[in-house]
Amino acid sequence: MKYVDEFREAGVIRKAAEEIRRLADPERQYRFMEVCGGHTHAIYRFGLKDLLPSNIELIHGPGCPVCVLPMGRIDDAVSIARDPNVIFTAFGDMMRVPGRDGSPLEHKARGMDVRTVYSPADTLKLAQKNPDRHVLFFAIGFETTAPSTALTLMRAKSLGLRNFSVFCNHVTIIPAIRAILDSPDMRIDAFIGPGHVSTVIGCRPYEWIAKNERKPIVVSGFEPVDILQAIVMLLRQLKAGEPKVENQYTRVVPWEGNRSALKAMAEVFELRPYFEWRGMGFISQSALRIRSSYAQWNAEERFPVPGVRVTDPKAAQCGEVLKGALKPAQCKLFGKECTPEHPIGALMVSSEGSCAAYYNYEHRKTALTSIGASA
Amino acid sequence: MCLAIPARVIEEANGGEFSRALVEVMGLRRHIDTGLLQDDPPRTGDWVLVHVGFAMSKISEDQALEQLRTLSQLGEQEAALSEVQGYEDS
Repeated sequence: MKYVDEFREAGVIRKAAEEIRRLADPERQYRFMEVCGGHTHAIYRFGLKDLLPSNIELIHGPGCPVCVLPMGRIDDAVSIARDPNVIFTAFGDMMRVPGRDGSPLEHKARGMDVRTVYSPADTLKLAQKNPDRHVLFFAIGFETTAPSTALTLMRAKSLGLRNFSVFCNHVTIIPAIRAILDSPDMRIDAFIGPGHVSTVIGCRPYEWIAKNERKPIVVSGFEPVDILQAIVMLLRQLKAGEPKVENQYTRVVPWEGNRSALKAMAEVFELRPYFEWRGMGFISQSALRIRSSYAQWNAEERFPVPGVRVTDPKAAQCGEVLKGALKPAQCKLFGKECTPEHPIGALMVSSEGSCAAYYNYEHRKTALTSIGASA
Repeated sequence: MCLAIPARVIEEANGGEFSRALVEVMGLRRHIDTGLLQDDPPRTGDWVLVHVGFAMSKISEDQALEQLRTLSQLGEQEAALSEVQGYEDS
């Protein structure tokens, strides 16, 4: 209840929910995937599912970078950082993600020099302050963070900084959507497109989804009313039988994306032939690696990397949850062995992971439910 | 990491790919990178959305206030503030 007053737009929310009920055909099932982990978080946090008719199912997509990273990548980077001369840096989200031999935070407790950074740019300053040591940045994220890493590498090159390198795990969203559409057990009717990734890539890269796959996609903002409006737009498209790319989040997302950001990415990165996604297997051309013109700052070129491959704990069903085949609570470990305090799978670590979101909010329904009920 | 934090530019940067501007976020002042907006650099008084210390888009004041509200609704205002606090300042 305590959230009621926070929603100034309660009336608009109610209207959108009514419109959804009006548009949804009671005779059919709808499966909409929200691609972005930020949307997953918002959907649980605001209890949006309770505002939807029961024949609209929201499937949580692969857009949580921490969640889709295969465990072995952590062990690979940690193996570089075992050299006491190396300072391992990463965003806070990464620190509690377990590799086979523990999370970066656990390695820190065992004496490794592990530091949280909030901006990739700060890793350069750390390298400048510690000229006798090597600063390793564990880069992660979709197109939202990849341009920042790119610009940081360009800066390192222009400074001629020798004691810095990036262990690159950047992935791209389009091949993941393609893999989902190609997967025989995934029946998705339409997509809620990612908001902030689209700030960078724009809306054009989604056009094949509408044109070739005949699936509607609406790029959406993160407020409750944004997500509900996106669902209204998807239902209208399905009703009209005219799938297209629409932009609900025009106030932030330009149709053409951010050209400077795309330019920086093209300067520094190229596509890997393939990359492993946790729960989804190997997806071709789905990740970025550092170009040879930046080899000196590429940790994978500079250091021996063992190429560790770790299978998820047998009992954990992260893959099925990640693909939307299972709900978080249907996993055998959910809420028992695997909790946000003691995560076994990455989906339980990040607040954008569907397991953590489900765990944190599903039993604490927020006031939106009551807004819907009082409609 | 995926937080989009609205910030107001207090002191604009000179321009160019490695430029940095002084911004204010919920009363906290830090420098952020503005090189990803070099086609249309933010001026003093403008609002930008910041991801991991880099301005990624220019937004209006209304949009900025709306985004602040979204962050607080999502329970992420503190996370945003501690992220900004974490940016090295220079």
